[in-house]
Amino acid sequence: MDDTFDKISRAFIEVMKIAPDRITDALAYGECPEWDSLAHMALVAELENAFGVMLDTEDIIAMSSVAEIRRILAKQGVAA
Amino acid sequence: MPYSLSLAGKVCVVTGASRGIGRACAEALAMQGATVVLAGRDAANLEQAAAALNESQQRACALPVVCDVADATSVRDLFQRVFKDHKRLDTLVANAGVMDDALIGMVTPDLIQRVFATNTHGLLHCAQYASRLMARAGGGSIIALSSIVGLRGHAGQSVYAGSKAAVVGIVQSLAQELAPQRIRVNAVAPGFIDTELTAKLPAAKREQALAGIALGRAGTADDVAATVLYLATDLASYVTGQVIGVDGGMRI
Repeated sequence: MDDTFDKISRAFIEVMKIAPDRITDALAYGECPEWDSLAHMALVAELENAFGVMLDTEDIIAMSSVAEIRRILAKQGVAA
Repeated sequence: MPYSLSLAGKVCVVTGASRGIGRACAEALAMQGATVVLAGRDAANLEQAAAALNESQQRACALPVVCDVADATSVRDLFQRVFKDHKRLDTLVANAGVMDDALIGMVTPDLIQRVFATNTHGLLHCAQYASRLMARAGGGSIIALSSIVGLRGHAGQSVYAGSKAAVVGIVQSLAQELAPQRIRVNAVAPGFIDTELTAKLPAAKREQALAGIALGRAGTADDVAATVLYLATDLASYVTGQVIGVDGGMRI
């Protein structure tokens, strides 16, 4: 996997303490018990720090899966 | 005492900063060493306020940014600018406000929308972005301007008072929600303060207001700024979810 995916994975592991093999594009909010609203905001902070960006509110709400996170970060100029 | 008034190295945003209470807050924060982003709707007034502050402090400590807090996109752009320029935020003074009075029966939908959009929605828009920047820096202080009428009400001010009462609910909720990120959230509730807003009052109303103030005088923008400064510094490091009246013991 690419560097972007590695950084996203590290953010998930740091915030949610989940096993690396569970982190795929299909991992989705609502289907992952560790990914609740509090964890989501912590994840956003972790991702913003990791990528040096500041996300819009609409994007934060739209980050419903790893695939969506990659799409939104790509929009910020981060490689998808 | 292990606390310091110094704000050296800190970045603050003050909304409604070109005049009155906002401008006094910006000056108070800058005097303690902070870099202050002055936000407001009027570019010329902001530029003038920032230039005056830079000159009085003998350093480039004030940055004017045009922003209408009632517009979520404008608020997003303000905090994106703060992020790009400074990468951190330590204090938000959510001061921008409008006061428009009307007796019930003469309150238009437009008046309700306008007053709540700035006084209440504006705080929420700003807090959304400010809290995320503060969390990244390990904490911060959000200070919202409520009003004595938001706590006690006043005839003819149901809309304004409602918008300022809502500020209290927002502040007390955010204080709970953001405490784990070490972000303190408090409100200041000024009483009768000499500003352009209150200068428009008829003389009789002004006399009536002054008669109800225990300390016998109208407040000044600097009186409010002093409490805002306290809440911004380490002096208030164990203070959150509070509404501090700056009203000279006013009775209404």
